[in-house]
Amino acid sequence: MKTMLNVALPKGRLGEKVYAMFERAGFECPSIRENSRKLIFENVDCGVRYFWVKPSDVAIYVERGAADIGVAGKDILLEYEPDIYELLDLNMGKCRMAVAAKNGFRDDPNRTLRVATKFTNIAGQYYLSKGRDIDIIHLNGSIEIAPILGLSDVIVDIVETGTTLKENDLSVIETIVPISARLIANKSGYKFKKQQIDEVVRELAAQTEA
Amino acid sequence: MQQVMLKFSERVTFSLRALYERFGYSQYKMSKFEEYDLYARNKDFLISDSVITFTDTNGKLMALKPDVTLSIVKNSKDDTDGVQKVYYNENVYRVAKGSHAFKEIMQIGLECLGNIDDYCICEVLTLAMQSLKAISPACILDVSHVGLLSEFIDSMGIPAEEKPRLFQYISEKNTHELRAALEGAGVRAEAINVLCTLANTSGTCKDVLPVLSPLLSHLPSWQSFEQVVCALPDDDMLRIDFSVVDNIHYYNGFVFKGFIDGLPTGVLSGGQYDKLMEKMKRKSRAIGFALYTDQLERLDTAVNAFDVDTVLLYEDGTPIQEIRRHVQSLTDAGQHVLAQRDIPATVRYKQLLKLSNGEVTVLENHA
Repeated sequence: MKTMLNVALPKGRLGEKVYAMFERAGFECPSIRENSRKLIFENVDCGVRYFWVKPSDVAIYVERGAADIGVAGKDILLEYEPDIYELLDLNMGKCRMAVAAKNGFRDDPNRTLRVATKFTNIAGQYYLSKGRDIDIIHLNGSIEIAPILGLSDVIVDIVETGTTLKENDLSVIETIVPISARLIANKSGYKFKKQQIDEVVRELAAQTEA
Repeated sequence: MQQVMLKFSERVTFSLRALYERFGYSQYKMSKFEEYDLYARNKDFLISDSVITFTDTNGKLMALKPDVTLSIVKNSKDDTDGVQKVYYNENVYRVAKGSHAFKEIMQIGLECLGNIDDYCICEVLTLAMQSLKAISPACILDVSHVGLLSEFIDSMGIPAEEKPRLFQYISEKNTHELRAALEGAGVRAEAINVLCTLANTSGTCKDVLPVLSPLLSHLPSWQSFEQVVCALPDDDMLRIDFSVVDNIHYYNGFVFKGFIDGLPTGVLSGGQYDKLMEKMKRKSRAIGFALYTDQLERLDTAVNAFDVDTVLLYEDGTPIQEIRRHVQSLTDAGQHVLAQRDIPATVRYKQLLKLSNGEVTVLENHA
């Protein structure tokens, strides 16, 4: 019997697109397309087991070895800095981590900059590299509202099209880093399932380059 | 009752102590505490920079050891002629990644300090291989050389401040961002390909050395690297993998990491830390490794169906000598016995006996 390769996929549209890539690469698992509440799907013949997890948890499943490989956004990898291998940029789910502020905002370097964000590590490191004194305000959602209500001067958040910002009289003032989905692997799992994981990387890379 | 009294990690620890002593390493016993100043001066060397501190009765700020190597270096003789070989089996206190709480972590390891030559390096690497094998035959030791990587990166003319970022990409096998960073710095395509090959390569000596030799043999550290890895036991568990990159401010030569199938993170970590020795004003060199035995409990799959063989119930007023006599006869027969007045709520037992009026009756038998 083949050794099973455990794959953590992010729930949602991105995860479905990623699964389609795995399917095209020959790692199909038809039961995953059935409409059910199941969370784990396997195809013993292909030696692959998929499970849907919350996108922000993929890196934890992989780092802790519950999954051998997974697909996570670069934002999550930069924020939580898991000890994993980042094997491939899938060039999908593209967006950017950016600083945004109310239109017409002017940064006064004499004052501590108040930054509202879900990504405190990324924001902290970014401003540390610039030597800027900041006050980080950790929020879990609706970040855009913070500068409008005067809670913060700027926000650090993921920007995809910029529509939400525009509709709230905000705009991007700096781009921190481009974001996309990455194929990640558990370091120990990679050692013992190298052949299978390398095959996945090869097949997915061929699709991203096509 | 077929009960293994020693835990798996304890059995491994015993066999490793015997292994290290066979190779002339003597046990290094140390205090649980160390002056905090030692860690404050070498914070970058520590895996987590949080340390449990307290003020001693003489007013000195002390710490519960977060690391063993620093204490051994501090307390060892700076011997540039001879070699000191020590092993330890100690607890360290660190904040576990992802949590905000301190954890007591048991580790066993060894250090070789002094006039280190290629044989010493080879011996330490061999002992690292044997240590992993003592845990499980399904193991891998990844060997890398930060000196070689540094020499190659230096030859590209990359500014020193860029080095940590490149090492980070290499440690992640993140060749897409490594390539982009090098292209951005204007590095030649040929050199970029070599570094990406190094980041991606992982294989046995006989597979990897013929690939790497034409790329790296011009570098000063290559000869020693090749000589040592070729002298190591020919074993598939030994892999050359340059993604093993440890703290480049402290490590300078060989670095290595050990993995066991079934454990999600490396269990063994080590390397040559001559730069730490220099930082601590030592002229001698050093190499060593630590093995984290607390992780091994995950491999201990032996689950006992029963907590004890027999529960012996007795009544109030039963003479103590009588209870003791019955317990003794059961333990003499090799049984594990729990004697008490009431049926325990959570204990799983094979048989339940009742001692009443000098007679023992069987109430339950699950054997």
